[in-house]
Amino acid sequence: MSQYSWPDPATRPLLGKKIDRVDGPSKVSGKAKYTYDYNPQGLLAGKILRCPYAHAKIKSIDTSAAEKMPGVKSVVIIQKPGTEIFWAGDEIVGVAAVDEGTVEDALRAIKVEYEVLPHFVSDAEPPKNISTDSGPLSNDDFQDMEENQVPDEEVIAAIQKRGISFKPDEKDYESMKGMGVEPAVIAALRKAKFVPAEAKPKSPYKKTGLQTTGTPDKAFASAAAVVEGVYGVPCIVHVCLETHGSAMEWPAEKEVVVHVSTQNVSGIAAQLAEPLGVPAGNINVLQQNVGGGFGSKFSVDRWDVNTANLSRKSAGKPVKNMLDRRAEFEVAGMRPSAYARVKIAAAKDGKIVAWDSRSWGTGGVGGGGTPPLPYIFEIPHQRKQNTAISTNQGSARAWRAPNHPQAAVITMGAIEDLAAKMNLDPLEFISRNLDIAGPRAQTYREEFAIADDLMGWKKNWHQRGDKTPGPIKRGLGLSMHTWGGRGHNSNCDLTIHPDGSVEIKMGTQDLGTGARTIITIVAADTLGIPMESVNLLYGNNRYPQSGGSGGSTTSGGVTASTRRAAVDARDQLFAKVAPALKAQPDELEAADGTVRVKADPSRSLPWKQACAKIGAVPLTVHGSNPDKAKPPDLTNSGVGGVQMADVSVDVETGIVRINKMVAVQDCGLIVDMKTAMSQVYGGLIMGISYALYEEKVLDPVSGRVLNPNLEFYRLAGLSDIGELKVHMMTGKGYDERGVIGLAEPAVVSPGAAISNAVANAIGVRVPFLPLTPDRVLEALEQGGAHASV
Amino acid sequence: MKDDDARQPDSTSGVSRRDFMKISAVTAAVPLVLGPKVVEAAGEDVTVHGPGKVLVALNVNGKKLTADLEPRVTLLDALREQFDLTGAKRVCDRGACGACTVLLDGKPVYACSVLAIDAQGTKITTIESMAEGDALSPVMQAFVAHDAQQCGFCTPGFVVATTHFLQQNPKPSAEDIRHGLSGNYCRCGTYDGIRAVALAHAGGKQS
Repeated sequence: MSQYSWPDPATRPLLGKKIDRVDGPSKVSGKAKYTYDYNPQGLLAGKILRCPYAHAKIKSIDTSAAEKMPGVKSVVIIQKPGTEIFWAGDEIVGVAAVDEGTVEDALRAIKVEYEVLPHFVSDAEPPKNISTDSGPLSNDDFQDMEENQVPDEEVIAAIQKRGISFKPDEKDYESMKGMGVEPAVIAALRKAKFVPAEAKPKSPYKKTGLQTTGTPDKAFASAAAVVEGVYGVPCIVHVCLETHGSAMEWPAEKEVVVHVSTQNVSGIAAQLAEPLGVPAGNINVLQQNVGGGFGSKFSVDRWDVNTANLSRKSAGKPVKNMLDRRAEFEVAGMRPSAYARVKIAAAKDGKIVAWDSRSWGTGGVGGGGTPPLPYIFEIPHQRKQNTAISTNQGSARAWRAPNHPQAAVITMGAIEDLAAKMNLDPLEFISRNLDIAGPRAQTYREEFAIADDLMGWKKNWHQRGDKTPGPIKRGLGLSMHTWGGRGHNSNCDLTIHPDGSVEIKMGTQDLGTGARTIITIVAADTLGIPMESVNLLYGNNRYPQSGGSGGSTTSGGVTASTRRAAVDARDQLFAKVAPALKAQPDELEAADGTVRVKADPSRSLPWKQACAKIGAVPLTVHGSNPDKAKPPDLTNSGVGGVQMADVSVDVETGIVRINKMVAVQDCGLIVDMKTAMSQVYGGLIMGISYALYEEKVLDPVSGRVLNPNLEFYRLAGLSDIGELKVHMMTGKGYDERGVIGLAEPAVVSPGAAISNAVANAIGVRVPFLPLTPDRVLEALEQGGAHASV
Repeated sequence: MKDDDARQPDSTSGVSRRDFMKISAVTAAVPLVLGPKVVEAAGEDVTVHGPGKVLVALNVNGKKLTADLEPRVTLLDALREQFDLTGAKRVCDRGACGACTVLLDGKPVYACSVLAIDAQGTKITTIESMAEGDALSPVMQAFVAHDAQQCGFCTPGFVVATTHFLQQNPKPSAEDIRHGLSGNYCRCGTYDGIRAVALAHAGGKQS
């Protein structure tokens, strides 16, 4: 039986070392090609005319003038007259022409008449008198819940309690399965009671049922300390530097070649097949590099389908249509806002006993996200209710660690406020409550000890409100987070050629996380050869399929499939080589570029000569994850991390500066320490950015985004980040868990830690991110009364 | 490269301004390329190009490249679409993010905010000429060593900006680095590595 388990530390020439990313040279030299760079001969430019209104009905479309313009190759009407449009920026007409200037001229020549309808874009606190949504779930309600990642048990409870007003058939169930709806949810739908839809006026507010655990009223009444506060995070945007989009061409009538900026190379063809009327097998999806996704690039978008339609109407010539920055802000995804009024209480010994939250937020027309409140802490007595607000703006998409950063800001803010009320150091307060911090409690304990040391927390922490004279106030804050990160389904073919070269084919992608590097490391480590000897072919849906890169699932998936393939290939090679070394196959090892006898390394063959024993036909094996026939499980789920922030606040200007951030992170077995640490640095920096600067601002009058650009939607720059310290948990208790994904967790805590540090510095809570000067000054003026929302 | 002759890099014929006017005048092929008009505006003669295509000659990475371009075409789009020099990226397209940074007569500029016709007569240097074949420049090597990149979309712009910055400031202080490298945005969060590149160059340690 082959040994698939990850090797012992003593026999890991590469695993866990600091190794340069393999695609580094191509990226730093500008040679790396992205979808945006696809530039074949005869390329046509595609662009889309978008609706300027947040809510409207199309009355008429006249494309005649555009169609007559020289250089215009094709025009497609995407949404016909009579269609109701629910957000600004939605697609109306697509045009392809010889160059971008001509396309823009053509778009200006198209006349669209709209009936402008009233819009609603506010995610302010809902009025108090909204009734709980109790009618049957419509198909839209159900889709919204799924898109907003409402926990399965809540969805099932709603289906059982409220019934459904739609009748899904077998085809619908199949498509749900394809979309990743859990079998238990589908089973609940099958058993659901059909209830005819109620005729009721449409409200933008959807209130969930009140969820109660234990006896919160009693717990609050007998608690030693109670605080109330309001906390929240506005909608923010992914801001992928490479905007969404694709280049499409039709080399033959039923054949499509797709260059697309995606996190999901293997999943695109199946999504395009139906709208294009082409078998998925005839759709070739290609992508070498992607300029950022962060959760917003899993699906085929309507603009992609229409780029393909434009190409088809232009005699199959390649058409490239990348979104412009405004469209990217309006239609290509955002993180839902989340706000909450929270009441939290502790007993005299500092144990948190009760939680009450009324949360709300928006994720576009479909409502809002559902932050898991309270975050991490299993508080014994709870009452909570969430209201999703439907607004006329482009829909939310998964944004790196969906719902967790919002939940952390709300929960960790309330906990810090409670600790302050009890005059307790929050580090001490949290350590008294780690027994209700779930399965990763011990991890947090170990991590806080390290973070304390790296930050000098115990030495530098002071009671709330820096008493130093002068306008600059300094403070410390902390937060903690968790994430799943189990490896996804992944397949690969690994070939050892008789000349000793090794090649892996996998239909995956590298978002810049280092996927290419870790696949190469695992293969080279297992085969005992240098990384340069491994040629990885990826970014093509004709290779064995591998999952989309989301939810930090790639690292665990691709390394597990690669490990199994490499072990099988190595063991088959051993069988061919054993006679020449006068040994049994299981007495051999592959190390230092040789195949040799473990007990007598002098009996060895150089790798190339060993591979010559394969014979004329290369040796190809398939590797998969999961694969129960080839244990053990090489990946796992559930990580813990803690972060601390040290900030300075100028109470005269309201400007917040980061002095230092510390991140201590667990992610199981680390494959490449260098790219793993880069993920955590990146998470800290992205977190600093949303904590201090980022907000998608909607104009209540026009319903449009007011800052759809990089001047007024601020990102953190190099000068904004302060000193950063990253520590990765490794060794006993961590490595043996297997490979667990890392991209999401590191971005969860910065907002909460920074918000808490600001409160510690200035003595009052700034309720909402981003912590802009106006918000800081307002909070100082109100003395933390949180009156306005 | 394109099959269109006008798009081929032409390293032998330096097109002088006078030649350029002549070429403009005699080129009658489709698309129609017209020479500049002179119109009077505010009492002065002003040269107006376009709105049709004009022949634009650029000195890019030491080579003369020509293309028929509408005057509204930016240097960035000319580099990317006409000459397939795609290292400079189009990200914000309005001079905020630095992903399209190139050197114009040795100075960093945002190529999205310069018109191609206005870049004539300058020496344009792009990321593509900063590595010698497969040999990375020292700054590029440092970007790899410090993992100052993730998705890589901002990286070429950052490499150009950092290379120029370190030429001007061979021993930068932490404050110099904060000031000198704040003209580019990264979304993945690679600033710590980029800062380390500059500090290592200064002989200092990552603080």
